[in-house]
Amino acid sequence: MGKMNMVEAINLALKQEMEKDGDVIVLGEDVGVDGGVFRVTEGLLDAYGEERVIDTPLAESMIAGASVGMAIHGLKPVCEIQFSGFSYISFHQMEAHAARYRARTQGRFGIQMVLRCPYGGGVRALEHHSESREAYYAHTPGLKTVIPSGPRKARALLVSAIRDPDPVIFYEPKAAYRAFREEVPEDEETFPIGESEIVREGKDITFITYGAMLQRTLDAADTLQEEDGVEAEVIDLLTVSPMDDQKFTESVRKTGHVVIVHEAHRSFGPGAEMAARLVEKSFLYLEAPIRRVTGYDVVIPLYQREKDYIPDVKRILHGARETLEF
Amino acid sequence: MPREKIEIPGQIDHLSILDKDGNLDKDLEPALPDDLLLKLYRTMVLGREFDARQLSLQRQGRIGTFPPITGQEAAHLGPAAVLRDSDWLVPSFRETVAELWRGRTIESILLANNGYNEGAEMKPGMNMMPISVPVGSQVIHAVGIAWAMKYRGTDDLAMVFFGDGATSEGDFHEGINMAGVYDAPVIFVCQNNHWAISIPRSKQTRSKTIAQKAIAYGIAGIQVDGNDILATYAAAREAAERARSGGGPTLIECVTYRLRMHTTADDPKRYRTDEEVQGWEKQDPLLRYQKYLKAKGLLSDEEIVSISDAIKADIADAVKRAEERMKEIGDPGDAMSMFNHAYAEMHPYLKEQKDRLAAELKETAKEGDNG
Repeated sequence: MGKMNMVEAINLALKQEMEKDGDVIVLGEDVGVDGGVFRVTEGLLDAYGEERVIDTPLAESMIAGASVGMAIHGLKPVCEIQFSGFSYISFHQMEAHAARYRARTQGRFGIQMVLRCPYGGGVRALEHHSESREAYYAHTPGLKTVIPSGPRKARALLVSAIRDPDPVIFYEPKAAYRAFREEVPEDEETFPIGESEIVREGKDITFITYGAMLQRTLDAADTLQEEDGVEAEVIDLLTVSPMDDQKFTESVRKTGHVVIVHEAHRSFGPGAEMAARLVEKSFLYLEAPIRRVTGYDVVIPLYQREKDYIPDVKRILHGARETLEF
Repeated sequence: MPREKIEIPGQIDHLSILDKDGNLDKDLEPALPDDLLLKLYRTMVLGREFDARQLSLQRQGRIGTFPPITGQEAAHLGPAAVLRDSDWLVPSFRETVAELWRGRTIESILLANNGYNEGAEMKPGMNMMPISVPVGSQVIHAVGIAWAMKYRGTDDLAMVFFGDGATSEGDFHEGINMAGVYDAPVIFVCQNNHWAISIPRSKQTRSKTIAQKAIAYGIAGIQVDGNDILATYAAAREAAERARSGGGPTLIECVTYRLRMHTTADDPKRYRTDEEVQGWEKQDPLLRYQKYLKAKGLLSDEEIVSISDAIKADIADAVKRAEERMKEIGDPGDAMSMFNHAYAEMHPYLKEQKDRLAAELKETAKEGDNG
């Protein structure tokens, strides 16, 4: 297929799944004629028509709630909320219904739907367009929350999400949408939801991260190698919830040092859950306090100052060195 | 011409077929077969008697909080009775008679109202959602279901119920708007029972009727006497024909009254007068319908008593079966079952939590034995 950016890779996943399965429906604001404000759904309307690619009225709760109804009737909706900052209007439908139907009906109705939305900072956007609040969803039993870090994984994970029998929140790091290209195979590829991946092996320190933070964490790991002779292991979480703790708790048993990197606010963020699992499962192997390099507990500033909010290579390195020197 | 009047299409009809005293408007009478008329009657009586029985069970502590429906039987049974099996019913939480009509059992309702998740089990093939507690949130689900029906090329429809309070919620407006834009085959049925807990209908909207909101969304709307089962049935039948033939959604406002409390946890004396309630008791949908059936020669005074007695006996049997089932499940039931339906497949950390609870229950049981 050649090299693709994340937008093209997600588009490929949608196209191939829609081609394969007539029950897959795409709906959202501007997803049809406009092809989505980030062009993720480009070409779908022409290929599959208005009954399967629905330009909805501007109503986020309806977009999520109609998806619940479609799923009840056996369709597999993939709805788009234009920015995660507007997804809180649809949160009620996800929390009150999508997440609960399986339990409420004792297994008769699972809500097989995907709610896609771009999230995160770094693209010089307006207020409400830069948050990283995956923890809201991750804290909700019944939902799965997936965050790809690059084109190839985005494609594979979205295919898996569309086929998953439970509702999946698919958070797309918009800073990574067009940041780099990767080889994406034409043939079908999936990746299991609920599994993390070791993307760089090392024995001295473990980084746990996901989304747009992966690339800069890898950069920091390279610098540590070059400048400090430290071999860092990097784990791409990929699914925030349900969280795969096996790989990172095992990694830390080997390295004894851990730095968690995410854009989300620090308190009650995904890193807090990782720290708890580490204490539960690898307590005696920790040689230094768990370090979190994350967004702060403030509203993310407008873009002139957002680079001071979002972790960068310098902060990641600083966190790692402090941990190593403890 | 800088300023001129815009013609807004639409007038709202009010439909009433049996008047407050049960007198029939012959011209509007829907021609329904006798067996259907009697089945409707029996189901209304079942709803009324079951309500009374549940109230007494609740007062005895044998079930928990529940929302009574007395006085609203016609408002939700009439519309539900026009549905085919392949249609979908999307209830809020005050449509017990419609749920019974669609095949939900008394036992299942009792289990749910006594805090057992098993009570919301939906039999496969029964095209009905379980009750939806967050007010108005279910309105949109019907639109999604209707989209799927249309997409699959059927002429099925989705019927969703909600109260007057729900019409202040965003989800009501988002759902009805979407259905209007895309001609989704949905029937929106508002049971306007005048009270959303303590808030009167006049504080939900300044609109003269709820039905007129249909005009703003460009869809059909009608107000009916919700205590007149012939009118609620006829209005819904007309809406169903419209939906099935591609004519789009309809908003039906059934004007009715909640004769009892919002739920058993509510005391309506705090916000409304006895006189108001007594005024509505005189418009009882069941008494009106009895009068109609008697005038048609389909029901006698003796049959009114015998039907009621038979239904009470059925309810008593069902209560017995439900309580046996509750005993079987155990109190508080198999705790482990709470983990079963969180996801299609249990994830490892949930399995760890489940195993830990199992171990702890075993330990504490042992400690209990020792103590």
